[in-house]
Amino acid sequence: MSYELIGISVLWLFLYGYLIVASIDFGAGFFAFYARLTKQDHLINRLISRYLSPVWEITNVFFVFFYIGIVGFFPDTAYYYGSALLVPGSIAIVLLAIRGSFYAFENYGSKNNIVYLFLYGATGLLIPASLSVALTLAEGGFILKQGDVVSLDYWALFTNPLSWSIVGLAIVSVLFISGTFLTFYASRAEDESALKLMRGYALFWSTPTIVLALTAFIYLGQHNERHFQNMMDLWWLLALSVAFFMIAMWILYNGRRYGLAFICIMLQFFCAFFAYGIGQYPYILDPYITIQSSATSPSMGFALVVVFIGGLCLLIPSLILVFKLFLFDADYVKGKK
Amino acid sequence: MEIDTVLWSRLVTGLTLGFHVIFATLGVGIPLMIAIAEWMGIRKKDQHYILMAKRWSRGFVISVAVGVVTGTAISLQLALVWPNFMKLAGNVIALPLFMEVFAFFFEAIFLGIYLYTWDRFKNPYIHWLLTIPIVAGAGMSAVFITTVNGFMNAPGGFVMEAGQFIAVNPVQAMLNTATFSKVFHVLSSAYLTGAALLAGIAAFAMLRKGVSAYHKKGLNLMMAVVLLFSLLNTLAGDVSAKFLAEHQPEKLAAAEWHFETERGADLVLLGWLNAEHEIIGALHLPKILSFLAFGDFNAEVTGLNEFPIDERPPLLVHYLFDSMAGIGFTLLMISSLYFVLLFWKKRNELNKWMLRIIALCAPLAFLAVEMGWFYAELGRQPWIIRGYMRVEEAATSSPSVRILFFVFLLLYIVLGTICVLVLRRLFNNNPAELEMEKWLKEQPEPPSEKGGPLS
Repeated sequence: MSYELIGISVLWLFLYGYLIVASIDFGAGFFAFYARLTKQDHLINRLISRYLSPVWEITNVFFVFFYIGIVGFFPDTAYYYGSALLVPGSIAIVLLAIRGSFYAFENYGSKNNIVYLFLYGATGLLIPASLSVALTLAEGGFILKQGDVVSLDYWALFTNPLSWSIVGLAIVSVLFISGTFLTFYASRAEDESALKLMRGYALFWSTPTIVLALTAFIYLGQHNERHFQNMMDLWWLLALSVAFFMIAMWILYNGRRYGLAFICIMLQFFCAFFAYGIGQYPYILDPYITIQSSATSPSMGFALVVVFIGGLCLLIPSLILVFKLFLFDADYVKGKK
Repeated sequence: MEIDTVLWSRLVTGLTLGFHVIFATLGVGIPLMIAIAEWMGIRKKDQHYILMAKRWSRGFVISVAVGVVTGTAISLQLALVWPNFMKLAGNVIALPLFMEVFAFFFEAIFLGIYLYTWDRFKNPYIHWLLTIPIVAGAGMSAVFITTVNGFMNAPGGFVMEAGQFIAVNPVQAMLNTATFSKVFHVLSSAYLTGAALLAGIAAFAMLRKGVSAYHKKGLNLMMAVVLLFSLLNTLAGDVSAKFLAEHQPEKLAAAEWHFETERGADLVLLGWLNAEHEIIGALHLPKILSFLAFGDFNAEVTGLNEFPIDERPPLLVHYLFDSMAGIGFTLLMISSLYFVLLFWKKRNELNKWMLRIIALCAPLAFLAVEMGWFYAELGRQPWIIRGYMRVEEAATSSPSVRILFFVFLLLYIVLGTICVLVLRRLFNNNPAELEMEKWLKEQPEPPSEKGGPLS
């Protein structure tokens, strides 16, 4: 396998990782805020902050990691996406900045500040919306190129149903993934009231997730025939995705083995996300950047792959340690440590 | 119009980096201080030092949050504001950028563990061991990102052909001629600044509420670190000057207003320039510049006139250089004086004036870091990659960048203000002495007993 293919596969895997951990994080912020508004915060706040406090920084790194990786393996992406995304990208930076710092201000500094919590919760939904613009952009048709000047065609972007359905899908899947994970976390903590509340949220957000996923798929078919056809050829991956969704729903509804339900949802998104990614091959930005045309020099590609493997040898044990200490340590989850 | 977007691009980046460097310096410097304090506490079985480590890490995590988000901002802005730069240089600098993220990832993981495991291990040294990956991760991310800056100053590890970098050697690009002096200077100044800040806070607390055992121990410990690292930092500055003289003479010449190439060049302190570029009112130290640059009082130092006018850095950098170096020497003198007074029994090292000066040193140290970075960056103008790409070729062409400057300005004002307010509330409402008392009461066993709970 050529190094650029290894590069894009690993990066896609990382983006998937970010999708999961960030969804949990973003959704948790929103639920914490929503629960405060509806005066149910006593039920879940402690649970949420016990999970998030040790890991919020890690979530952020996943994102920077993906971003630096793609610019490193495919420097042309920096030029096209960088030029076009100056405004939406900067909005995302501002939102990420507000969110990250206000989380720390609220959690380690002045507790119970409703303004801080609001900023934290609201940005959690706006960030996926602003980041999903990059995915829409990749479908092509939203970039204006005049000579050497690349810019974003805002009119095309804002009037296209595809971009809105992707934004909608990003938001509801955040709430769905997060709701399921926190249900699982509550069940581990043996916290009945939190479990009940979170299970309700998870079940509620499942329907819009699947509806918007289908909507986005249909609009994709109208916007980018090639990508749609490629995904149809991977029909079995999409079918698997739907199957995992159904299993997860069934388990959630029956109310047992929430860990398994969460794993099914992870697999559901894994299949869909990879069907989407493989279908886009060989383009990174249709039609300007393909994986082959934009790849960095072989020596850099090789160095990056080497560092990557070395880095993973360092990271995976550390992540396992974090999970052991904070996620799978029953006493910690229950709040005894 | 095009010049305009370039200027705004520079302002946006300068603003973000100027704000980020405060928190980045804290991020590199403070973990070492926390590690030293906790180690002292375990070693001496002195709960004061353990409390010190706890309180510092509590404040540290808030500054880390701001450091993380502004760091994310600058990493994204690299491509958003300088797309042409990333397209060209991305081929050569991707490796250190990538490694920087790894180092940061590593630090983030262990910082999370460190903060939430104060009372989980029987053996206190196990918890202390967690500081090692934090200190190493913070230091390494500074090292890697500094190599990128080194590359922009002294590019190497590639062949330029038809406007593209080919035959790239990523490792050679990382280990460029600027890397060693830069990394040395960045690390030593970060540790120096971290220690100066904590010493300043201890001095400030004693000025307000009188001398206490907790703050006195903190001050002694941190002043020792200040002394050590200001010595190393002076050495690092000297290494940097020698690097500049050899590889980037226009930067050194601009800092010293050294126009004519000559032997036995003077070092110029302060002063100003008249319309004919003559230096007025400055203090000249004969032949010192030659010595600083080459270790030889009669060495020849290249003057600014050797360079074409459109490749000369702005002459303003002279003041930045003087302030940075001046503050560096001040810190060295103050910390030496502190220990002279401490060991000279007849004198009180904790007199009001000494404490005031030490408290003042904390903001001065940060000022010096800012001045040093602005000198390093402005001194590289007009190049973004020295000798290969000019700043105006690299910037974005989007006029929106002007508005973004104000958006980010507002963001940093808000973040900076709230960060200070939160930190003040965190420590003012909970003074160290009170926390110590409360803590000792909660302790079920005597705290010095071996293997006893530490929190």
